[in-house]
Amino acid sequence: MQMEWKGYLRKDGRKGIRNYIVVVYLVECAHHVAREISQQFKGESVQLIGFAGCYPNAYADRIMNALCVHPNVGGVLLVSLGCESFNRKRLEENIAASGRPVHTVGIQDIGGTKKAIESGTAWVKKNIKIIAEVPSAPMAIHELMVGTVCGGSDATSGMTANPAVGRAFNKLVAENGIAIFEETGEMIGLENIMSSRAVTPELAIELRKSVEKAARYYTLMGHGSFAPGNADGGLTTIEEKSMGAYCKSGDSPISGLIKPGDRPHKPGLYLMDVVPDGDPKFGFPNINDSVEIVEMIASGCHMILFTTGRGSVVGSAISPVIKICANPQTYRHMQDDMDINAGDILYGTTTIDEVGDKIYERILEVADGEQTCSEQLGHQEFVLTYKTFTPIGPACLPA
Amino acid sequence: MQKLIKLHPDDNVQIVVEETKAGELVMINGTVVSIDKAIQIGHKIAEQPIANGQKIIKYGVPIGSATADIAIGAHIHLHNMKSDYIPTYTVEGGFKEDVK
Repeated sequence: MQMEWKGYLRKDGRKGIRNYIVVVYLVECAHHVAREISQQFKGESVQLIGFAGCYPNAYADRIMNALCVHPNVGGVLLVSLGCESFNRKRLEENIAASGRPVHTVGIQDIGGTKKAIESGTAWVKKNIKIIAEVPSAPMAIHELMVGTVCGGSDATSGMTANPAVGRAFNKLVAENGIAIFEETGEMIGLENIMSSRAVTPELAIELRKSVEKAARYYTLMGHGSFAPGNADGGLTTIEEKSMGAYCKSGDSPISGLIKPGDRPHKPGLYLMDVVPDGDPKFGFPNINDSVEIVEMIASGCHMILFTTGRGSVVGSAISPVIKICANPQTYRHMQDDMDINAGDILYGTTTIDEVGDKIYERILEVADGEQTCSEQLGHQEFVLTYKTFTPIGPACLPA
Repeated sequence: MQKLIKLHPDDNVQIVVEETKAGELVMINGTVVSIDKAIQIGHKIAEQPIANGQKIIKYGVPIGSATADIAIGAHIHLHNMKSDYIPTYTVEGGFKEDVK
């Protein structure tokens, strides 16, 4: 197993495992132009992301700024209609300050759809060559940040794929990497068990509070973090789903609590609190799995371990998604979409530890440039919505 | 090939790991029990009689409560248990707003 590989060295010292130009629409009205530009480069290192809303939102602004200077991003083309409220000037300045090539195409300024597509395409064509020259540097596991999300869960998720991801996370944390787990709405009922793993008593209080907040929020919305497919797959209650989801975190002590866009300050295992603060304002905490994936990437995750029992096919823009299939029947049925088969744990032909080792090896291979199934299939899911957060308190990141 | 596994010694349910047929006989705690219907993998069955209101234990922790008396070998799901936290939404159940 290769323990070191070549990363893309960014001017802020961070290293990436991919080198993309992202084309960013700053309001839905600019989406078509941005998509047309990015589609000229199908199969090349160009991806499409964006924010659909016209009204300003501090959270969306923060996440977009974080994503545009993510270590896997080499350059950025912003596509603006012109009258939307996104602060494109500050975004462009931040990207330029990070040393990345950046350019804004204003559709109203330039004279409409055709001219904007032409101008944006020319910029991307030129800058693909420029970012190909970005310096590389040796990169190792202690420089890697990995997140985990589960989606399309069934009752096998908590018996096979999720505990196996927990084992891979144990190894990653032991090697001084950074591991992030999330979805406090799926820790309802477990607040005491989880908070007992905090590295300080003050952090334990914060962890417990984050789950209590999630329980309040979901109760007000009238739904748990629970989809009908979960029930078809044998899960009956949110508590049952929680127990299965929680084991993705493994057994390491919990070093901190972050919110979307916060960067962990040192190696260890972190919980990401994705449930908005204050009264419910913009609807559900997470309208789908991609929102959570995007939030983890905004905090710096180089890749995502995604476990599924029912058979989710999602990937993501910016960071590769490794899919670990929990259900052996689903694996046989949807093999092209699945990087790892964890389902055979149920049959006793492999063990949780063996699958954990396989996941860990796959992390290293993907970091070294090997494509995941969702990358090969061209998946680039991306969702950024409205939310409200207050900053984390000092107890959340103990020294 | 084993049909059922128990995840934790304190559990009062076992998990189906190989799809079962209605009327199929399985061994639960040394007793031969007839499974009441076809059950998909991942689903739960009672490994002992469970009374209405009693906690359902899986992974060694309570995951909800029984809403009916449950016989040994019976499928446990939305029809006979509920969350102690947040109700579970199903497509067939529809929206609360629609249900009179």
